[in-house]
Amino acid sequence: MQDLDKILSNYKGEKSDLIPLLQDIQSEYGYLSEELMREVSKFTGVPESEIYGVATFYTQFRFNPKGKKHIAVCSGTACHVTGAQQIIEGMERHLDIKDGETTPDGEYSLESVGCLGCCALAPAAMVDDEIKSKLSLRSIKKLFRGYNPEKPSK
Amino acid sequence: MNFEEVVQQEKKEYDLLFSEKNAVLIGSATCGNSAGAQIAKKAIESEMENSEHVVEIIEVGCIGLCYAEPIIMVSKPQKPAVIYGNVTKKVAREIAKSHLINDIPLPEYALGSWGEGYIDGITPLLEQKSMKMQERRILRNCGFIDPTNMGHYLAQGGYAGFMSALEMDSSEIIEEMKKAGVRGRGGAGFPTWMKWQFCIDSDQETNYLVCNADEGDPGAFMNRSLLESDPHSVLEGILIAAKAIGAEKAYIYCRAEYPLALERLKIAISQMTMRGFLGENIQGSGFNLEIIIKEGAGAFVCGEETALMASIEGKRGTPRTRPPFPTTEGLFGKPTVINNVETMASAAFIMQKGADKYSELGTTESKGTKTFCLVGQVKNTGLIEVPLGTTLKEVIFDIGGGIIDDGEFKAVQIGGPSGGCIPAQHIDTSIDYSSLIGVGAMMGSGGLVVMDQSTCMVEVARYFLEFIQRESCGKCVPCRLGTKQMLDILTDMTTGKGSEEDLKLLPDLAQAIKKGSLCALGQSSPNPILTTTRFFMDEYEAHIKDGVCPALDCKDFIEYTIDAEICDGCMVCLKSCPVSAITGSKDEIHVIEVETCVKCGTCLDLCKRKKNAVKLVDAK
Repeated sequence: MQDLDKILSNYKGEKSDLIPLLQDIQSEYGYLSEELMREVSKFTGVPESEIYGVATFYTQFRFNPKGKKHIAVCSGTACHVTGAQQIIEGMERHLDIKDGETTPDGEYSLESVGCLGCCALAPAAMVDDEIKSKLSLRSIKKLFRGYNPEKPSK
Repeated sequence: MNFEEVVQQEKKEYDLLFSEKNAVLIGSATCGNSAGAQIAKKAIESEMENSEHVVEIIEVGCIGLCYAEPIIMVSKPQKPAVIYGNVTKKVAREIAKSHLINDIPLPEYALGSWGEGYIDGITPLLEQKSMKMQERRILRNCGFIDPTNMGHYLAQGGYAGFMSALEMDSSEIIEEMKKAGVRGRGGAGFPTWMKWQFCIDSDQETNYLVCNADEGDPGAFMNRSLLESDPHSVLEGILIAAKAIGAEKAYIYCRAEYPLALERLKIAISQMTMRGFLGENIQGSGFNLEIIIKEGAGAFVCGEETALMASIEGKRGTPRTRPPFPTTEGLFGKPTVINNVETMASAAFIMQKGADKYSELGTTESKGTKTFCLVGQVKNTGLIEVPLGTTLKEVIFDIGGGIIDDGEFKAVQIGGPSGGCIPAQHIDTSIDYSSLIGVGAMMGSGGLVVMDQSTCMVEVARYFLEFIQRESCGKCVPCRLGTKQMLDILTDMTTGKGSEEDLKLLPDLAQAIKKGSLCALGQSSPNPILTTTRFFMDEYEAHIKDGVCPALDCKDFIEYTIDAEICDGCMVCLKSCPVSAITGSKDEIHVIEVETCVKCGTCLDLCKRKKNAVKLVDAK
């Protein structure tokens, strides 16, 4: 756990370090595993149960790996009134997974999230770190061009 | 060099950009980037590579005309600049060839000109209705300066407000805020000066300042845009407030969903440190300040101040009862002032330009300007700033250009989930703190979501309840269980299972939740229901009594059908239907099988641009 030690070395182990620490760990490992949370508990002296309590409170934290490409569809008001629900359902059909799931081949994960703040160009979604705006059922087709959930890539 | 000399030098350099250079300013806030600003930038760069013209390309923030992104501004020496909209790769190349190289502006792509003088065929932006009604004060630098260059901010008079605050004592700074009449821009509208005064009065040694940038209201992005476009204006406000309350540590609590805002804040903070505006003995005054950024981890309730503090302390972000208020017992138990991003930027404006300048706009009890995000079914979506007292009608029709596809205005949702929906008969309502409460809404942080006839108000209420229910922290019972009950009732109504008894139950439930909830999230959770039942009862009744969704929005009440008179059998919808619910063949009328159709809307979306033969109809 060399990478973990490196992350921990940036912190003093105070309780107020907990959330930034979990954020750093998640951005390195992609999600928070039981093992990692145990290490954080040792480091901060905060009980594991409490760390789990904090981590599950915030939607940012994940407890299983996400796909190679992570799609976060905005469900803010402006996106909602311009058809976000159709967009997420369209993506679910394309990927053959439900909101919050990862494709079995680990290529894509999909979730609907709170407002991304791109309301003027609604509906919007974040693909990894890039915001895609003015989405339509046609434009999402392009997003998944060449991907077939029934013939997963290896 | 002293401060004045630095400012003079920066000003000279900034002015040179427009007086002697060929400059291109590219709007690259999140909205611009998502629409293709970086593609436009590359196109211009590659076009200019092959010419002998030297051009300075600068990434700036958002000018607010988000509907026309990507937006670029082209400036040639001694001429008014031209702001172009919808700059695709092809358009960017044309602009480079014609305007930058051959000095011929292109009116067909221009949104307007900027600066003194006229260009044939292009109306100056400030003479256009959408801009004339606005007073861009908080947003004055947005889109015109490089947010990653502190020099640009200094050239605009930045940090002069803080420099004068350094010469003043706490009471003088607070007096200036009081004179300006600024009220908290996070939504509640509490007088800023009073909050600062309470903190000082608590008489403890350590005070903290927190800037609340946890902008979670769906439909609102004012704070994101300001932080991405002009971070120093917020940071200057933080310096001023910290000086006033004697804080040596300030926190900025910003959403992790705003990566660009966070990046630009971090750059700005390192520049401030380098130039001696942060750290110890700032500008030789003996005043010390450290600014720490905390990234929110995705919890709407953390916008509530006591929950926000719990989150900074590393705990679950659950609110607690008040009093004690944060100004007496706040972060780590110490007196704490929590101010919104826009409030901080207002403090910087007030100290730079004076309290009188600030309060010359607005109404008697609501001073100054307010930024709003104008979004939804309106033509000119974007970020605007208007004097308080402007009417909703002026904002939606004069600035926003009216409803998309010349549709019919139905309602505007203001104030986020805790706000309300204002219908057409109240569109002349003035935007100020008390008038909005009068029509059952509230100022909120600044989201204005415009809705047309295609939006079902029962569904809107359901949407907000779903949001609030998901974000309820679960600490108190009325909110945790009450919001779930309200959501279940509304879900029943939008899926054809509603009953008249439920409709009668809603107001009782709403009252109980309002009275019994711990924090503002729960207390205001019934608002979406209260305002929609007040103004749109007919729609509720239509769902329950007649089994009809008048807006043809709720899936369980509608069907898709193809108009046989119009359909020319082009096969487009047939080929793209995800569940093969459309039958027919080339040049023969297509038919949608109701049993198979999943009502995804793909066929309607495709046909709208061609024949417009696919129609939405009442399932009855």
